Amino acid sequence: MKEPPLSYHIFPLGDSALTVDFGNRMDEAINRQVIARFHQLRHQQLPGLVEVVPAFSSLAVYYDPVFIRKWVKEGQTAFDYVSTLLLELLRTETGIQEEQSRLVRIPVCYDPSLAPDLEEMAQAKELSAEQLTTLHTGRIYRVYMLGFLPGFAYMGEVDEQLMTPRKQQPHPVRPGSVGIAGRQTGIYPFASPGGWNIIGRTPVQLFNRNRALPTLLQAGDRVQFYAIDKYEFAHY
Amino acid sequence: MRIIKAGIQDSVQDRGRYGYQHLGVNPSGAMDQYAMQLANALLGNETDEAVIELHFPASVILFTQPALIALAGADLSPSINGEPVPLYQCIVVNKNDALQFHRPLSGARAYLAVHGGFSMERWLESKSTNLKAGAGGYRGRSLQKGDEIELNSKKDYSSLLPGKNFRILPWTIDHAADTGPREIFVLPGNEWDRLTAEAKRQFTTTPFLITKLADRMGYRLGNEPLAMLPGGELISSAVNFGTIQLLPDGKLIILMADHQTAGGYPRVAHVITAHHSRLAQKRSGEALYFRLTDQARAEELLQKQQQHVRQLQHACLLKLQQYV
Repeated sequence: MKEPPLSYHIFPLGDSALTVDFGNRMDEAINRQVIARFHQLRHQQLPGLVEVVPAFSSLAVYYDPVFIRKWVKEGQTAFDYVSTLLLELLRTETGIQEEQSRLVRIPVCYDPSLAPDLEEMAQAKELSAEQLTTLHTGRIYRVYMLGFLPGFAYMGEVDEQLMTPRKQQPHPVRPGSVGIAGRQTGIYPFASPGGWNIIGRTPVQLFNRNRALPTLLQAGDRVQFYAIDKYEFAHY
Repeated sequence: MRIIKAGIQDSVQDRGRYGYQHLGVNPSGAMDQYAMQLANALLGNETDEAVIELHFPASVILFTQPALIALAGADLSPSINGEPVPLYQCIVVNKNDALQFHRPLSGARAYLAVHGGFSMERWLESKSTNLKAGAGGYRGRSLQKGDEIELNSKKDYSSLLPGKNFRILPWTIDHAADTGPREIFVLPGNEWDRLTAEAKRQFTTTPFLITKLADRMGYRLGNEPLAMLPGGELISSAVNFGTIQLLPDGKLIILMADHQTAGGYPRVAHVITAHHSRLAQKRSGEALYFRLTDQARAEELLQKQQQHVRQLQHACLLKLQQYV
């Protein structure tokens, strides 16, 4: 699928990175292009480039300014050099025909004993726990980006009825907890303080340091949750 | 070598783990990269070889075999077998020598490097400890009593020892590469212009105290709230070591080595890389003075700093060749 080119602007992120910003919003079409550019840049392995990090609607490019300064012109900075390079690159096609999108199915136990915020949320929304579960499992979500914790995937968008603002104060969250914040849903790979509303827990390991690719999910993946009961959770 | 008493949070760190932030894996790495590089340069190591980062109260370390070591960064008044030893000099230690640290005299983090480096597996291409993922470094955690850390070098350093005592090799290095004002140079961030004129003045002219909430993840500053012009909310995007974010309460946080990979707070400024070393050696209760600079100057300062490290590394290699 060919998509129209997006407008963007480039700004420095200190002296060792820059950000290409495609619009500061959660939008699937924008994110698809961000991920495509991310793969393109990783594939090209440009000298002096340290790494590329995609987010919802932006791409950060980290570079080694001292290495790059070896060949920049007098009066030019490493930032000038890298941003010029990116401007040229962004004019080309990504060369990536179609997004390779995996569908990952993730079991979630929505039992209130594992979901500290489920009942309160259901009450506030005038939904039964079952209706809430059905709404959460009823959609295929897109993984927009990973961040916050190793392997933490920001996914969206949830059904309008499920939208819930982040909590004012962070609470301790158990690993595997599935939460909702605003229009997003996500899973905590590790125990952490967190402000998302926890509606379930998955027995699946989101992060395994012994794997070459340590995260279960990657940006661009599609995710569908399915409900399991407490017994299945315990014996998963 | 063996840890015979644990410090509060000492860990193995190197230049950091890059290439995995897209998976949410934060880069870690030594907070004071410059001090890490100098410790390695003294020993003729690759400058990004893994070192042990020590905070006060620091670990007590027993050498179970003769070794060639160097210390850099904060002065935590190190001693070997109770005798004071200097920073920024090579020291040949004997089997059963104990290295300990008595008082935090200056700076926040000391670095211990050994000739040839520490022997441990890399995780995702780096020896840095990632405490969140519980991976990398020594068993993915900070060092504890009883930990045995292997050294790469199989050289016999005992021939360098005159007797039973350790030996300090007779040269040091110029570790104060830049003798300019001790301000922290910053580059404006993308949301710099969201600060009011008064907030900008405050940022560049008043001291910013580091609060008790200051660790490897970030430093919270205890400033009078900075006023912001109205602007839309920001969606999460990648951040960097040294990024200064403005929190909703008007206070600042500086992201350090263990920073999260992304954030959604306004980025008012970024500490230049050449000054990460200064920043990493500041302690809670100390004041920071920010000064705006530009991209060209930031890059030049970093280039100078790295040239200095390389020159020292070459000079030290030559000196060391007379010994090992």
